[in-house]
Order: sequence, then C-alpha cells, then structure tokens
Amino acid sequence: MDSLKPKEFLKMNDITKLSLLDTLKALEENKFSKAELNEAYLQRIKELNPKLNAYLKVVEDLQGIPVAIKDIICTQNIETTAGSKILSNFIPQYNATVVNKLLEQGMGIIGKANMDEFAMGSSGENSAYGVTKNPWDLNKVPGGSSSGSAAAVAADLCVFALGTDTGGSIRQPASLCGVVGLKPSYGRVSRYGAMAMASSFDQIGPITKTVGDARKVLEWISGPDGFDSNCNEDRFKSKDLRFKNDLKGFRVGVPKEYFGKGLDSGVEKVIRKAISKLEELGSEIIEVSLPHTQYAVAVYYVLMASEVSSNQARFDGIRFGSKREDFGEEVKRRIMLGTFALSTGYYDDYFAKAAKVRNLMKQDFEKAFEKCDVIVGPVSPTVAWNLGEKMKDPLTMYLSDIYTISVNLAGIPGLSVPCGFSEGLPVGLQVLGKYMDEETILNVGEVYEQNTNWHEEKPKL
Amino acid sequence: MKLSKDQVKKVAKLANLSLTQDEEDKYAEQLSAILDYIDQLNSAKIQNAEPTFNVTDLSNVLAEDEVKPSLTQDEALKNAPLSKNGFFETKGVFENE
Repeated sequence: MDSLKPKEFLKMNDITKLSLLDTLKALEENKFSKAELNEAYLQRIKELNPKLNAYLKVVEDLQGIPVAIKDIICTQNIETTAGSKILSNFIPQYNATVVNKLLEQGMGIIGKANMDEFAMGSSGENSAYGVTKNPWDLNKVPGGSSSGSAAAVAADLCVFALGTDTGGSIRQPASLCGVVGLKPSYGRVSRYGAMAMASSFDQIGPITKTVGDARKVLEWISGPDGFDSNCNEDRFKSKDLRFKNDLKGFRVGVPKEYFGKGLDSGVEKVIRKAISKLEELGSEIIEVSLPHTQYAVAVYYVLMASEVSSNQARFDGIRFGSKREDFGEEVKRRIMLGTFALSTGYYDDYFAKAAKVRNLMKQDFEKAFEKCDVIVGPVSPTVAWNLGEKMKDPLTMYLSDIYTISVNLAGIPGLSVPCGFSEGLPVGLQVLGKYMDEETILNVGEVYEQNTNWHEEKPKL
Repeated sequence: MKLSKDQVKKVAKLANLSLTQDEEDKYAEQLSAILDYIDQLNSAKIQNAEPTFNVTDLSNVLAEDEVKPSLTQDEALKNAPLSKNGFFETKGVFENE
C-alpha cells in the first residue's frame, strides 16, 4: 500500500466514510468496485486497528460489503471466542441466522469484533484479548459490551457492525463512540447462533453510521427462522415515513427519573438541547414518570446473573472450550451471584422478588406510552470514562447501566442517536418505543438526524 | 446481606468453579456489597405483582417433528478436547477409567 499516491489515499478515506445506504448506491453506480471497497477498509484496519484493538480477527479474502460481527455471534469456520480465554480455540461449524441473512444480502464478514467476555461488561475492558480504545480519545473506554463493534463503526473500520444488547451493550457503546445503535424489541431478531448470556433479555442489533442504515439492517436480520421460539413476529418492513421533515403532532415523553442524581451536568445539557430540538421540530414534550426506575439495576443484576449462571453451565470442557478456570473475573463474579440467588433458601428473596419488580417496571412503560409516542433521555449518565477507572469497583460499573437496562427488562426497542458532545466526547440520545414499534423510534431518529450534523462528526485518528 | 467465606465456598462448589483463596476473599466482599445494594428490592410494593419471566408471553411454541439436515458426527466433535470412537470422551462418573 506504500506505493499509493496521496490523492488515492484521500479517495480511500472518502469511501470508508460512506454510510451503508450511500455505499450501496455508489456500488450500483459503479463509483468503485467491491474489491476497491474492501481494499479501502482493509487498509484502514491495518493502519488503525493496532491502536484501537477493535478486531480480534480480520478476514481478508472477502467479496461482500465489509461488516464487523461481534465475536459472540457464530461464524462458520471463523474463530469465535466471545472475548473469552475458554473459547480461544473454538471454531463454529455453522453460522448464526443473522450472519446467513447478511450474507444473502451480499454482505461479507471483514472481521470479528472485540468485546467484554461473554458480553459481560460496560467498558470493553473485560476482554481476555486486551481492551478496545475509544476512537475519540485513546485513553478512554469505548463502552461495552459491544466495544469493538462500536469502535469499528466510529473509526470507519467497517460499513456497519452487529452487536448484542442484554442490558445496554449496543446502545451504550454506540453513545460513547458517537454512532447509531439499535436494540430491537425482544423477539424481533432470532438469536440462533449468538451465545446466550441472559436469555430473557438478549437481542442482536445493528451499530451503524446513520439511522437509515440501522433501519435497513433491521429489515435484513429480523424475522423468524424456526430456531428461536421467542422470535415469531414477521420481518420488520419499513413503511413510508410517517414524519418526513418535522415532528408536528408527535408526543415525546421525558421521564423525570432519568434526570436525577448521578446524571453528569454536561451530558444533561446536551440531552436537554436535543429535546429542545425535537420540540423545535414540532413535537409536544410531555413529562412522564417511570416510578420504578430506581430498582432497575437491582432487578437486572439478580435476573441477569441467575440466567448467566445457568447458561454458562454449558462450559464443561467436554464438548467445546477449555476448563472453567479460564473464565475471567467478571464472568465468575456473575456466575457466583446468580448461583447464590437461585440457591435453596434464597430463591424467593431474590429471583422471585426481582421478577415481580420487573413486572412493575414493564407496567411503568405501558402506562407512560398511553401519554406519548416515544420516550427520550440519556443513554449513559456520563461520557466515556478513563480506562481502568471503574475496574476495581463492580457496583459502580453496574450503576452506569441505569438508563439502558430498564429497556431490556421491559423488552421494548431502544435507539441511541448521536446528539452532541460534552468534554469533547460524544453523547447519545436514547429514543424508546412501544413493544415491536421500531418504526416510530427510527422515524424520530431519522428526522432528528436530518436536522442536525452530529452524525457527520468523525474522530481524528 | 453479608456473604461469609463459607457461603462463598459453598456457592462456588454449586457453580462448579474452583476459586483461589484470594478470589474467595474478594468475591465475599464484592458480592456482599452487591447484595446490600440489591436489598433495596425489599422496599418495592410487589403484593399485587405477577412475576415477569419473559416479555413475549409465549408458551409451548411447538414445531413439527421432522428430520432435517444437521451437523455430521465429525463436525459435532470438531471442538471437543477429547473424543473416542465418534463420541465425546469424558472422565468416568463412577470410577476412574
């Protein structure tokens, strides 16, 4: 690549800036070939991945449109480690349904994205293969657990990426890296071939450069496959946008509980400004209440850890993977917590009680959505923090998920859209919708995006 | 709620994890702090709430019992640390074979 002239370098960087929709259009118009597209991305990966550690494995011989796949999603004959030492030699014998669906659309796997081990973490630091760095500041975390997926999209190391979201693992790193992240409704996308973390929460979804791209990817990956019993809704099909240039007559709910103690003042300022923008665009801003928000982290850590302890029991070192000693610290901590919560004498105090509070939280959303069409607020209480800052204190790390986990508890869809900067780092606006109503949150996200320039900002690398 | 070191040992055994001394100490402390935080669930009014285990409310999703292509025996064994005569190999359960 050293022989390339500066002019050609420029052109290559232009190619990698394009959104998925623009890339598809440019290919159709023969502006460049698929080979040139792949070459441009591979060159950028070679240059930047050593700094970012976004990819665990790069696949060089591809013909499709380059997509990054979170390493918890099985790819046939391509190593899939889930960021864990226990799967350091694991080679899946089949593709996850989402991977097959993308391949059918002419997409190709350019690499497997780094992540917190088995999707357990909020900072990307729990990977057994080294931390991923935030492209906006290499001393900061990219968020997690889909750390590599978000960093790869932000740094233009792929056209888009797939992540998984159990408690915020798509939306939070998207917010911290300044890209779009969509967690679909529970049951919208088949989880077949994605290693189970907490089965009643896990969903696969896209991390993209624009909201329009997220809509396109959701169309491709959604719909039942007969292998995920909870996925029996029809494929997501885009309708004509209900709102094109404005949001007149639209009701936007703002939960007062999302603006309390713990929310960084710089982040709050950016979010309030984004809400003013939605109002300026014609929507009516309505205060709503989600009164059980204070219990979200407690409920989630009981139920999630319980499901984790059961799911991780499959790692017995007999059929695949090495010994259980190879689990990392956070994975063992959650297995311990979950095993305790399910053990004789404690089940009623922890698991059964948390499941009841989960019901109340789900009802909170149902009541709030009687008054509004979407709910908006912050994704993360802070911008990206320093590497290492929260590693000593797991509870502090867990509390950073406060605004995202309620959404998984209720099973509703959530979108993170870039909406500004605080301390030079990206902030994401979270847009939440009714169960199976991705259409509306994408529509709001698209109108907001078209009327702002945040999605055009790129990190200087 | 405070977890004693003995409780940590018991839970580790149930979870099939062998922890080091250091890990036992650390997890006793950290899990106690997390359980203290979780104890706030006691203040939630749950008397009239049904538990939610799954948001889809689906149950007994059935499929036809059909023979479909699946992994070959070779493929299924590909990631096994040990195999013998086309089977997974494991330690004897009743005696050390």
